Amino acid sequence: MSGLHFELVSPVRLLFSGEVASVQLPGTEGDMGIFPGHAPVLSTLRPGVVVISREQGAAEKIFVRGGFAEVNPAGLTVLAETAIPLAELDAAALAGQVKDAEEDVADAKDAETRRRASENLEHLKDLQRSM
Amino acid sequence: MPSLKDLRNRIASVKATRKITKAMQMVAAAKLRRAQEAAVAARPYSQRMAAVLSNLASSMEGRPDAPRLLAGTGRDDVHLLVVATAERGLCGGFNSSIAKLAREHADRLIGQGKTVKIFTVGKKGNDSLKRLYGKYIVEAVDFRSTRSVGFGNAQSVAQKILAMFDAGDFDVATLFFAEYKSVISQKPTALRLIPTSVGGGKAPDLGGAIYDAEPDEGEILADLLPRNVAVQIFRGLLENAASEQGARMSAMDSATRNAGDMINKLSIKYNRQRQAQITKELIEIISGAEAL
Repeated sequence: MSGLHFELVSPVRLLFSGEVASVQLPGTEGDMGIFPGHAPVLSTLRPGVVVISREQGAAEKIFVRGGFAEVNPAGLTVLAETAIPLAELDAAALAGQVKDAEEDVADAKDAETRRRASENLEHLKDLQRSM
Repeated sequence: MPSLKDLRNRIASVKATRKITKAMQMVAAAKLRRAQEAAVAARPYSQRMAAVLSNLASSMEGRPDAPRLLAGTGRDDVHLLVVATAERGLCGGFNSSIAKLAREHADRLIGQGKTVKIFTVGKKGNDSLKRLYGKYIVEAVDFRSTRSVGFGNAQSVAQKILAMFDAGDFDVATLFFAEYKSVISQKPTALRLIPTSVGGGKAPDLGGAIYDAEPDEGEILADLLPRNVAVQIFRGLLENAASEQGARMSAMDSATRNAGDMINKLSIKYNRQRQAQITKELIEIISGAEAL
């Protein structure tokens, strides 16, 4: 089996497109590793880091927020509202994201959206601590 | 009959105008290229989103627990028209053609006895609609302070629309914008935002397998549908940005040409008149000399 075709798109641009060995995704219900030949899956993503491993060379890490992943026989597609390569993500940018998430929590009108927004906020704060 | 001095002033002022329109055309051309690139860069996201949605939507079809954003409220009484236009004028028929399409829609809906609400995005659309349809305008935003529209702008508009939908303020939302075809042609388009129109994307061939959804399909849809509204608005705004620059470029191009024509005509008139004056003076001198 040859590599996995992986695409990462944000509304602003196509961030990544190509063959990779595997991709690690921060799924809402737990992290997933996607290897070539994975069964079709749809999943929402929590704010976190997508790790792209290639046959050779260092793994590429990209921060995503508001994401969604689809695996089909053609490959893996990740749609993310915000996607920033981890190298470009600094403490200030992350603080901005945390602030956004806090506003989401404040804006939430019903319990369900508030629960979701505060979950997102927790994940972001985890990430902030780990940096 | 204007005097020679009047003509000279006139030519100078038309020349100044030509310089301005020429500069605006070149600025628009540069901005158009950037706007086009942005529109092209955003395309993959909306295409993939459409594919995923049409996939999921077909599995939810007919189910009573289908999200309201997909199935609609079951009524068709209150229509929200989201009219996206530019912030500035001097771009040919761009703003007025979008406003005209929205007006036609509004008139038709009012004629059918439905309630119409208008949400304007962009200053020009608001200006041209508020005179006759002011009482229908429920919300107006403009991006005058932002230099180029980003996804954040689209998101803020989407959030307002979704909040109105959640509050039960309308049943159907339609977005009006100009689709960018080419520099000389921009097509005013109406796109239904809510309930979400699916069927744009082609579902991938799974070879008999079915998707394993995590969490379940309903929850994924509930997460994706509001996002899709933002994506559609973003796409509309980007198309609009490219169309606006295209329209401005061709409008300014013809304005520059017209100014050139006018300068030619005025110059001919000026030369004729100068010649006539010289001839007249000569005749006066000659006839004066003959009279002696």
